[in-house]
This record gives sequence, C-alpha cells and structure tokens, in this order.
Amino acid sequence: MYYTFNTHAVWAIYKSEMARAFRNIMQNIISPVISTCLYFVVFGAASGLRLLKVDDVNYSTFIVPGLVMLTLVTQSITSASFGIYFPKFTGTIYEILSAPISPLEIVIGYVGAAASKSIMLCLIILFTSSFIVEITVSHPLIMILYLILISVTFAMLGFIIGICAQNFEQLQIIPLLVVTPLVFLGGSFYSIDTLPPFWRTMSLLNPVLYLTSGFRWSIMEISDVNPVSSVVVGFTLFSVCLTCIYLIFRTGFCLRR
Amino acid sequence: MPDMISITNLSKTYSSGFQALSSVNLDIRRGEVFALLGPNGAGKSTLINIICGLVDSSSGSVMVDGQDVIRKYRYTRSIIGLVPQELNTDTFETVKNTVCFSRGLFGKPSNYEYIEKILRDLSLWDKRDCLITSLSGGMKRRLLIAKALSHEPAVLFLDEPTAGVDVKLRHDMWRMVRNLRESGVTIVLTTHYIKEVEEMADRVGVINDGKLLIVEQTQVLIRKLGKKKLIFQLHYPTINIPEILSPFELCISESGMELTYSYNTPKECADIRKLLNALNDVGLTFSNLYTEQSSLEDIFLELIENGKA
Repeated sequence: MYYTFNTHAVWAIYKSEMARAFRNIMQNIISPVISTCLYFVVFGAASGLRLLKVDDVNYSTFIVPGLVMLTLVTQSITSASFGIYFPKFTGTIYEILSAPISPLEIVIGYVGAAASKSIMLCLIILFTSSFIVEITVSHPLIMILYLILISVTFAMLGFIIGICAQNFEQLQIIPLLVVTPLVFLGGSFYSIDTLPPFWRTMSLLNPVLYLTSGFRWSIMEISDVNPVSSVVVGFTLFSVCLTCIYLIFRTGFCLRR
Repeated sequence: MPDMISITNLSKTYSSGFQALSSVNLDIRRGEVFALLGPNGAGKSTLINIICGLVDSSSGSVMVDGQDVIRKYRYTRSIIGLVPQELNTDTFETVKNTVCFSRGLFGKPSNYEYIEKILRDLSLWDKRDCLITSLSGGMKRRLLIAKALSHEPAVLFLDEPTAGVDVKLRHDMWRMVRNLRESGVTIVLTTHYIKEVEEMADRVGVINDGKLLIVEQTQVLIRKLGKKKLIFQLHYPTINIPEILSPFELCISESGMELTYSYNTPKECADIRKLLNALNDVGLTFSNLYTEQSSLEDIFLELIENGKA
C-alpha cells in the first residue's frame, strides 16, 4: 500500500485530540470561557474603567480582542504541548513513531486539533462578550484568517514545547513566564499610545503587540501598529515555528534515540 | 520471494557510547515464528525498535518485504505491528476507541467488523466501552496485541508478550500466535521463557552483547548443541572407575551409585554398545538405565556463558 499522504492517520490524531477536549469539557472549554468572562467583569464592567474611551471605543469593548488573543495564544500552546507530551509521558508515543506517518502529518494532526479547539473557544468568548459589551466585527473573514494564523503558529510553539519538555513543570514554563507576560504587555488591555516614549518603543519589540493589534483592527478597525506589519510578524513567527519543527523531526531531537 | 525481513551489517551505538548492536546479519522467513533470545541488555529490543522505526541505526540496512525501512518507511511500517514490552496505553481512552485509533494511524479506513473480531478473539469485546485504566494487567497486554493487529499486519513483533502474565493467559497467547502463523503472519518474538520458544518458534536466534551468536531451527539447535546423557544406576556403589572404561569419560555420582555417559556425535552414540560390553567385562552391573537430553535453556545458558557459536 503506497500513499503520499496518510489522511486516515491525520484524522485519527485529530479526532482523538478533539475527543480528549470534549472528554474534559469543564477543564478545556467551560473553564477558559468563565475565566475570560471574569476579566470582562473586572476590567470592563465592574470598575470605573468602563467610563474610559480608547480611540473613541468604550474600554470594555476595547479589551475584547486582547482577551480573545490571550485565550487564543495560551490555549493553543497548552493544548498542543499537552497533546504531544502526554503520549511521551505515558509511553504511547511509540505508536506514533512506528506508524507510517510523516512528521508533517503528525504536526497537522496535533496542531490542527489544538488550533481548532482554541479557535472554537475564542468564537465562544466573542459570542459571550456580545452579551456583555457592544461589539461588531468589521472584517469577519480577516478575523477568522487571523485567528487561524495565530492559533496555528502558537499551537506549533506548544508542539515544540511538548516535544522538548521532560516533565509537566517544563510544559508550563514558557506559557506562564514568557508568553502570558508578553500578551499582557502587548497592548491587550491598553493602547501603547498611552505609554511613555521609552516603554512605547520597548513595546514595539514585543511580537504579541503586532498580533493583538492586527486582531483588534479586524474587529474594530483600530490598531497600535500598521495592520500589514501585524500580518508580517504573524507569518514570520509561523515560519520560525515551522522551521524548528522541521529540524526536530529531521534530527529526531527528543524523539528518536 | 525475498525473506520477510533482511538485516545486513546492522550496528547501533547510542550517544552514551554504549554499543547495543554490532554488525548483525539476520534473515527472517515469511510466515515463520522467529524467537530472539538473549539476556537483559543483549540488544533484542534495540533490534526490534530499529526495524519498527523507533530507533535510528548507526550503520547497516534493514529490509522488510524487500523494501528499505528508511526510504520506504510508509510501506514497511504499514505492514508491521508492534507489541511493546511495557504496558503503554492511553489511560483515559476506551478499549474500542484506542484500537480504532491505532488502525487509523496505520493508514487503514474504519472497519468495525474487523475491530470487533479482534476484540472478541482476545476476549476484550465485553470491555470495549471500558476505560483502559479499569483493565487488569493481562487485559492491557491483550489490548496492546489488539492495537498491533488492528491494521492487519503481515509482520508482528512481540517484545516479551508474556512477561508478568498468568499461566492461562500465556497459553491463550501461545494459541493466538499459532493461529496468526496459520493465517500467514510472520512473527518475531523476544522472551525470557525458553519453554515459550520450544513451544512456538520455528527458528531461534541467540543474541548477546549486541552480537548474534547463532540462528538455527529450534529442534535442530537442540539436536546439534544439546547433550544427551545415558545414566546407569548400579547395584552396588563404586569408588573408582576401572581403567578399561576411561575412553568413555564416565562421571560418577557422589553416592557412587550412578555412572553417567555423555554422548552427542554419531560415533559417541555407536560407542554405547562397546560401553555396555566393557561394563559387563569389569563386572559392574546395573539395576536401571535412563537417558536425559539437555533443554534449550541449557543450550542458551551455555551459549551465553561461553560465547560459543
């Protein structure tokens, strides 16, 4: 039996990963939605911040893309890293490595499932937020494409973390100590125009700022940076992650002995 | 038709510097049950893992069904099933789902009738909707076999399949292996149970320190390397063996009541008549005589200890 693409294998991995998400629906879906809604309540509705306006947009509406981005990035990483790390932890990775499946197909299966889950979560959060704040999506198609690009990119990062991690603690280091601070400091809850010049310049070095700004532009047509630069940064991160994964599979790093 | 598996000059040195395999050459025929025997750390699992794609070789080549396992990995892996030594399972998945997952992973479309047949054959059908975590050790072992068989492989690797399983399950597995062989599946198994090899294997290979010491048909190996003993139980004890019997290199038991003659070659066998005459001449009479043959286990231990090929 010769084939150039093992569709059945990709589908098996994808289905298995999606089933895992729905098996733990409380942890994987309901909990992130509730957490994000709490951010709305604290930052957008319950405090005096609701009276603020940023670029003629209510503050509570302004933070929606940032919160969605926070969920998208963290869930994409967590889901993909856990997805590939768990078979390593239980030893069932032998089955993946001995199957007639190429590295690309393995990545499509795991990253595809992680990206699907995080996009689904973000759409639920956007839908939920529409009950709390007034929000209209200006460019729905661009927004969806942006969600796909960012979720796939960070799911690949999560996949890399999952492959390299030697224990559960290492799974959490990059998401908690690197990615989450970058998201918080990347204009999720404020416009960088409000920052002093030095910190504004420093913020421009944060890649997540471009992603959040681009995503915000697709929803409400306001952005801290040029939307084109957001797309360029998105594709650059995508290429870097893809190259790392290619090198991991090519050398067998952390996988084959 | 080429051999099902053909291994040429296969070597493996791990990054730690440990050489697990050293220039191994081995051909495994179609439809046979081949047993790989060796002590812990001999290189059995490394050999299997290289064939299955879990470990990269340092040098040499492996062909499965005439195809290189690296260049044509999609084909070779699609016809190989592997039952690993450890009970590695996705704890939170159900029995049926995990077997269906394995089938898909190996590029086969869903076939619930076939999955049902495997699960019934392995007495797991009643547990099909149970979480794997609820299964006993023996059931998990059978589940791993079900997963390995889910894509209808032509070659099945069983890496110590009966380690830690009870006697009944072991016999059930032996029966299953025989059925698979009858259906044309080539089976390669590693085991510590020599009895298992004697029961099932057509041929046996002994490996130690990464080197393949011998490959032979199981019964031929026993015949060739096994020692036979002819034991005489004497009427009266004796202390010394008379000079006339020295060519036969007899051994005397501690009690002096038994004489043992070891023989293996046709000449030694033909000498039995002369020995009987000599015993009669020196007046050593016996009340009983019987023969013993060394088991595969004895041969295995001798091979390992002496490094003899």
